[in-house]
Amino acid sequence: MTMQRTILALTLAGSLAAAVAAPAFAQEHSHETPQPPGNKWSFAGPFGKYDEAQLQRGFKVYKEVCASCHSLSMVAFRNLADPGGPGYSPAQAAAVAAEYKIKDLDDKGEPIERDGRAADYFPPPFPNDRAAAAANGGVAPPDLSTIAKARTYERGFPWFVFDIFTQYQEQGPDYLVALLKGYEDPPQGFQLPPGGNYNKYFPGHAIAMPKPLQDGQVTYDDGAPQTLDQYAKDVSAFLMWAAEPHLVARKRLGFQVMIFLIVLAGLMYFTKKKVWHEVEKPREIAAGQDPSKTTL
Amino acid sequence: MSGHSTYQPQNKFLQWFEKRLPIGGLIHSSFVAYPTPRNLNYWWTFGGILSFMLGVQIITGIVLAMHYTPHVDFAFKSVEAIMRDVNYGWLLRYLHANGASMFFFAVYIHMFRGIYYGSYKEPREVLWILGVIIYLLMMATGFMGYVLVWGQMSFWAATVITNLFSAIPGIGDPIVTWLWGGYAVGNPTLNRFYSLHYLLPFAIAGVVILHVWALHVVGQNNPTGIEPKSDKDTVPFTPYATVKDGFFMVVFMILLAWFVFYLPNFMGHADNYIPANPAVTPAHIVPEWYYLPFYAILRAIPDKLMGVVALFASILILAFLPWLDTSRVRSARYRPLFKQFFWLWVVVCIGLGWLGAKPAEGIYVILSRILTVYYFAFFIVVLPLLGIFEKTKPVPNSISDAVLDGKAKA
Repeated sequence: MTMQRTILALTLAGSLAAAVAAPAFAQEHSHETPQPPGNKWSFAGPFGKYDEAQLQRGFKVYKEVCASCHSLSMVAFRNLADPGGPGYSPAQAAAVAAEYKIKDLDDKGEPIERDGRAADYFPPPFPNDRAAAAANGGVAPPDLSTIAKARTYERGFPWFVFDIFTQYQEQGPDYLVALLKGYEDPPQGFQLPPGGNYNKYFPGHAIAMPKPLQDGQVTYDDGAPQTLDQYAKDVSAFLMWAAEPHLVARKRLGFQVMIFLIVLAGLMYFTKKKVWHEVEKPREIAAGQDPSKTTL
Repeated sequence: MSGHSTYQPQNKFLQWFEKRLPIGGLIHSSFVAYPTPRNLNYWWTFGGILSFMLGVQIITGIVLAMHYTPHVDFAFKSVEAIMRDVNYGWLLRYLHANGASMFFFAVYIHMFRGIYYGSYKEPREVLWILGVIIYLLMMATGFMGYVLVWGQMSFWAATVITNLFSAIPGIGDPIVTWLWGGYAVGNPTLNRFYSLHYLLPFAIAGVVILHVWALHVVGQNNPTGIEPKSDKDTVPFTPYATVKDGFFMVVFMILLAWFVFYLPNFMGHADNYIPANPAVTPAHIVPEWYYLPFYAILRAIPDKLMGVVALFASILILAFLPWLDTSRVRSARYRPLFKQFFWLWVVVCIGLGWLGAKPAEGIYVILSRILTVYYFAFFIVVLPLLGIFEKTKPVPNSISDAVLDGKAKA
């Protein structure tokens, strides 16, 4: 037995060593991309909620900066007034919509441009993908509707295991913040392709999007600091909402379901114990020492 | 389904009905009076959990299908519409996606349990092979369901997996064209995957019925691996197994709910939130986590055809397990050497899963090869030889002896 245990221990130790050593080995070959630093998000954790003021600021950043190149095709103006979102009233959402011109057809089938309505979706900045690509160096800027869930970074072992317990699901917004703040001068000897910009956090470092945000670029009217750091966080939170508009409802329902299931599991456990009592304690019962009959 | 039914309905209508279609008796003998070994541990509750998960997948899937559009231009958008505009659509979709993961998680525990306690051995060979068929159907269903999202990973996983068939000499390329319904993964591929993804779960349900039937003919194995000899060794299915299965099913639901409500995208891949784009290949094409060990085996072999052969062999070899394991003793409890090799094999399977998610380069390929060798050696070297050379521990006379012995020691 001892030898077998030794074999088992050795294999476990060996596989663990391989698991730890392998990424280090592999990293020597890949270009170094640092891990985005974590941020404090109001929507993290089991009781997370979006911060309405932050979403409204983030929406302002999107509207004034990002929207000139990026579409948000799956978000409708009416969504701005949905519960768990930026907290606009339906009238405010309709007013935002009215600022936009929407391509439509009139009763005779002639193309027209009309004022936006709450039911309309955010119109794209370019008439089509090809026009978007032509105006942006050959590749259309990605739609931002799901971007906060479509971008991530590798957590690696063992962090991805810990994430199950800490409920870390904010890789997307953390990456977006890091990316928006990650523009720097390329290091010595780095060959930047034409039209590329150096970004510390972008895989491969050469990103087509020029540095989009700087300090003081967007005016906030709620007194929040008008800094790149604040803009990056606000717009990333807004994009997280755009990608996961029912996050607040999900976590709230989740808590109710959890409470229900835990109570039910407890009841089931004691029912099971009672039902199995005679099968599990045959000797005690035979000896007249039935544990269920003893008084406390 | 075996033995005489003791079902005697009191109700006149039920008596009348029972004479014409004895379905009450069938249910009674299968799920009430059915004798189940008294010493089953919680690893035996996963059969019930799997039936429950199949039900969850079918019900959420049917409702999702009401809102989904199987067309390359609309599939991704319709999934997003489910997430945004359908009442509780996010819940349905996250339940279905995480439910698939949990379904596989449960089936892996079920399979590891079967191997540990020798549940595939005579007379349970057919029961085991039916299980392997269910697993194969699950893999096909899960893969096609993943494609329906029509994100980047969906599209490229479909491309990579269907391309495996091009390795077949001579007729490989025509087969792939036939599978695709065109010269690349496209709308015909998406349509047929949708059709099959809706069909196969019912095929699974059919084989599950056969699996349960076979189980009720030969009876359940148990942790001692010896057959029940008297009434003292068994308890009736209801209430004993029902309440125990029910309790652990709720515990399993807590795990499922943890992912659905708090980590809904943990098991998914971020790239699948990018709409499919045939012109852009993702940096790393990775299948869902439950296929990763087989993906690692595929990539461990330098030759494409041999890689595909190894991939399929690694799954099909399970069907031959009843004859590859030559030991007369079923349960690992009384097989000290088997126990070591078994746990090493479990570690190797998890290791292959980890390697399957890594890029196929450098040390990862070397490790994949080493682990692949052990994966197969476990079946074709270790198991046949252990039956001959292993000195097993004495097996108890009966289940109740084993139970009372254990209690006396404790």
